[in-house]
Amino acid sequence: MSGRIKPVTAIAIIFFLVSAVAPLLVSSWATLFALILAKGIVVLGIILLLQAGQVSFGHAMFFATGAYTAAFWGKYVGGGDIVLFIALGGITSAIFGLIVGLFVVRYREIFFGMLNLAFSMVLWSLLEKMFHYTNGADGIRVPRPALLGLSFAPETFQYVILYVSLLIAVVAFYGVQRYLDSPLGHMLRAIKSNETRLEYLGTSARRVLLIGYVISAFLGGIGGTLVAIIQQIATPEFGFWTKSGEFVFIAILGGSAHAFGAFAGAAMFECVRFYAAAHLADTWQLILGVVLIVIILYAPNGLIGLRQRYGQAKQGGH
Amino acid sequence: MNSTLAILAILDGISYAALVFLVSVGLSLIFGVLRVVNVAHGSLYAFGAYLAATFSLAVAPISPWLTYPALLAASIVIGVVCGGFIERFLLRPLSGQEDVLQLLITFAAFMIMDNLQRLIWGVQPIFAAEPLRLLPNIAVFGVSYTSYQVILLPGVALATLFGLRYFLRRTLSGAVILAVTEDREASTAIGIDAKRVYFVTFVIGASLAALGGALASPTTSLVPGMGADMIVLSFAVAATAGLGQIEGTALTALMIGLTRAFVIYLQPEFEVLVPYLLMVLVLLVRPFGLFGAVQVRKI
Repeated sequence: MSGRIKPVTAIAIIFFLVSAVAPLLVSSWATLFALILAKGIVVLGIILLLQAGQVSFGHAMFFATGAYTAAFWGKYVGGGDIVLFIALGGITSAIFGLIVGLFVVRYREIFFGMLNLAFSMVLWSLLEKMFHYTNGADGIRVPRPALLGLSFAPETFQYVILYVSLLIAVVAFYGVQRYLDSPLGHMLRAIKSNETRLEYLGTSARRVLLIGYVISAFLGGIGGTLVAIIQQIATPEFGFWTKSGEFVFIAILGGSAHAFGAFAGAAMFECVRFYAAAHLADTWQLILGVVLIVIILYAPNGLIGLRQRYGQAKQGGH
Repeated sequence: MNSTLAILAILDGISYAALVFLVSVGLSLIFGVLRVVNVAHGSLYAFGAYLAATFSLAVAPISPWLTYPALLAASIVIGVVCGGFIERFLLRPLSGQEDVLQLLITFAAFMIMDNLQRLIWGVQPIFAAEPLRLLPNIAVFGVSYTSYQVILLPGVALATLFGLRYFLRRTLSGAVILAVTEDREASTAIGIDAKRVYFVTFVIGASLAALGGALASPTTSLVPGMGADMIVLSFAVAATAGLGQIEGTALTALMIGLTRAFVIYLQPEFEVLVPYLLMVLVLLVRPFGLFGAVQVRKI
């Protein structure tokens, strides 16, 4: 494979180019693509943990942390800048991820998932009930921030945030791929295949997983900050367990074998939601549920896996 | 806090715990046997509640006493139809696949049922308090309370607890279920139909969730989102107790029910926080739950 661009990478490059150009033609796509990219960044974190065989059913807590970091800044400090919001959102989530991670990386599989869920539900109830600070279920409005001191009109701003999301998505995509190819990333995968053997090599599996977990929380926080800026609001719903389920859903939909699965899944998910919500009013959840069932039953490796299966069939099963 | 309030809190806690127990024990049973966390469990609870309300509103004009069999009928219908469908057509094709896929397919079932519920019963709250009003109020240490909530609900919960214990430990069918749980391969080798065992267990678990919903329907207004709240709560109870622990689930439900009731009277804003905080604290110290057996790492 040396020197040749892999087909998945090629599709990824095409996807990023399309998301840069297509919204220029149809302006309602700007927000759609920005959301796809932002959610894709969060799901990258889920895919990272899936490499280690661990499913976090509580990752919405980092998503909400990122979103509320921007919201609190807007509410208590005022003003704000996209760069500042994203930096703060990422750092807060990474710190939160480190604290939670210190506890959860001691457990595996169902216990890992359960503990993540428990932590995220604690955060959700706090956001919902600390009414004086968080406005409860109504959430906090996130005023439109500036970018490096420049402020924009709403029509321009949707493109500004689209290209910011695109830039971060590309960097995150590249970074996660490099990480998974690095020795550290291979050790992360070894947790899934044979954790005991990993420890016999003299490595601490917990530390390897903790690093992966913090990166994953960091990505979740950045995605959350972006979505809060795009939708101009942060609500406790961002941290509810259904949100966590949605992220795992997108990861499986796209395919967890490759980092690009995150964006493939997010694109499919948001497009179905966008068009189903527009044309079939109250049934988008039903449609997404059916899509998920079909994917799980007939293409358990996700959209990415479909392409690979097709490619393999052409090459005669290799 | 005076003694009247304390008694009120205890009664609230008991009736709440009875409902939560019914739902959680179904979840725990399904996990114990099939090793699947059924995310659609809360939806089964909500469907049970809505169908029970529909049934009892339909039969109430004939005779209000018919509402009780209507509650039971609704929970069995939901358990067999919805539970049976989920097991047979969603979980069975996935047996032997990765856990995350099994978990996620029940999440898909949750999304679909959540949406169907809005389409069938709408988003307006529904009330069907007939069964609650039929039974007289009784005085407990000077506090008047509905006997539906302090006698009927805990009665059903206790009957379920002892019924399940008897069924699993003293009957042949129960022994078959335990055998499949213990060693699926060996039990298949001696002629047990493991697929049927999974199906029956799932239907029982689903019916218990629906029964919890059906019995809850007279005491509360039915609103969208009740299923999503119930699944995490019942999961918190089942996980705190240790998944698969039947008696432990009962004690944990009681503990969480009582704590929550006292918190409501003392510090109402922290009501929703209680079960999750308890869950975090317990799982940090004992990841296998309060009553779960510790599995030692082999190497």
